[in-house]
Amino acid sequence: MVTMVDRVRLLDVETRDQRVWRILSAVADPEIPVLSIVDLGIVRHVRWSTDDEPEIGLTPTYSGCPATDFIRDSVRHALSVNGYPKAHLVEVLSPPWSSTWISEAGRVKLKDYGIAPPNCTTEAVGNPVCPRCEGSANEAVELISEFGSTPCKALYRCCVCLEPFDYFKPF
Amino acid sequence: MSRASVVPVSVDFAQTERFRYVLRLADTSLILGQRLSEWVGHAPALEEDLGVANISLDLIGQARMLLSYAGEIEAAGRDEDQLAYLRDQNDFCNLALVEQPNGDFGCTIVRQVLIDVWQLELLSWFDASTDQRLREIAAKAVKETRYHLRYSSGWLVRLGDGTEESHTRVQTSLNDLWKFTTELFTPDEIDRLAENAGVAPNLNVLRGSWLHRIDEILNEATLTRPDDVPYVWFGKRGEHTEYLGHLLSDMQYLQRAYPGVTW
Repeated sequence: MVTMVDRVRLLDVETRDQRVWRILSAVADPEIPVLSIVDLGIVRHVRWSTDDEPEIGLTPTYSGCPATDFIRDSVRHALSVNGYPKAHLVEVLSPPWSSTWISEAGRVKLKDYGIAPPNCTTEAVGNPVCPRCEGSANEAVELISEFGSTPCKALYRCCVCLEPFDYFKPF
Repeated sequence: MSRASVVPVSVDFAQTERFRYVLRLADTSLILGQRLSEWVGHAPALEEDLGVANISLDLIGQARMLLSYAGEIEAAGRDEDQLAYLRDQNDFCNLALVEQPNGDFGCTIVRQVLIDVWQLELLSWFDASTDQRLREIAAKAVKETRYHLRYSSGWLVRLGDGTEESHTRVQTSLNDLWKFTTELFTPDEIDRLAENAGVAPNLNVLRGSWLHRIDEILNEATLTRPDDVPYVWFGKRGEHTEYLGHLLSDMQYLQRAYPGVTW
């Protein structure tokens, strides 16, 4: 049984890595606010110069993603107000971001938000499942637009419930 | 035989040449991205507005990575913004094809297919380049380019194999634009040095795979490949058609009118 004392002790021993990852987990993606940047898989590493100077490696989803600068500002702000004003942000290009890096929790959040999560491969094959009918409409969807409201999404329509929905493209 | 294992990064491909080579790639992406953005708010349908805008955005993102890299190679203190906004027409070294006016939507699609296949072949090749930074940028960009080509080739097939009117229009655009494709595969000194250093592919080999894919698409679109034209525009050497100046005056207006302005 975990007692309150144990819990306090567990909190006490939160490492500096855990602490920074926890802070980053609260930074939302500006385009899909239900997802954190950790869910999205764009935080590549946390390293340390000294105890109060973490280095955060961030990778862009798409080359031209307009949210990139906004995300950097959000990360800098979140770390600053949580005790790391000297945090250092670096851009990591390689290996390139892939939609397979979206966490399992992230995929569930996407679906609940009404965006079909990407099919698991990185190639653009197969149809998404309507996030509203949850599979009863399997395959019965049609592509409205190869490119959607952001570079990472395509627009589909469900042929059963007739609702349009965003599809997070496999990438 | 793999180039990478035979030819190490050569002293022959010095800083100046590497800078020029990367700048060519950057300018080609930047100018095409700028051209495509002219469609925003004017495309035939909302879906096409989104499609073209997103492709434009990807290209400008790729240009930013390449311009930053070029600026680092040059080591003269110029960053991506200075390279994009403070150079004159003759200093731009994009392919002449990408500065051509958009024309009608079909014409834009023809130009896009020609350049998408070229980019896809080139970026895929960069996986074996001796230039690590190019490898990294290309690994990211190639995934985006696949989507671009899906979009552009899908439209070319629909328009080419569509009505008599749409067929005639895209065939006419193809005939008009074909002459600009000679430049893509005609190497100059910098291309040769880049190839020798294992940084870039042999352009004749690249042309083979490009032509193969282009023929497949044209065939499906019931279009006829025009005859090759020997005359070559060397946009990559700063010899441009009349259209680039107008594009730059639009793209660079703000920095020229209000030097150093930020927001």
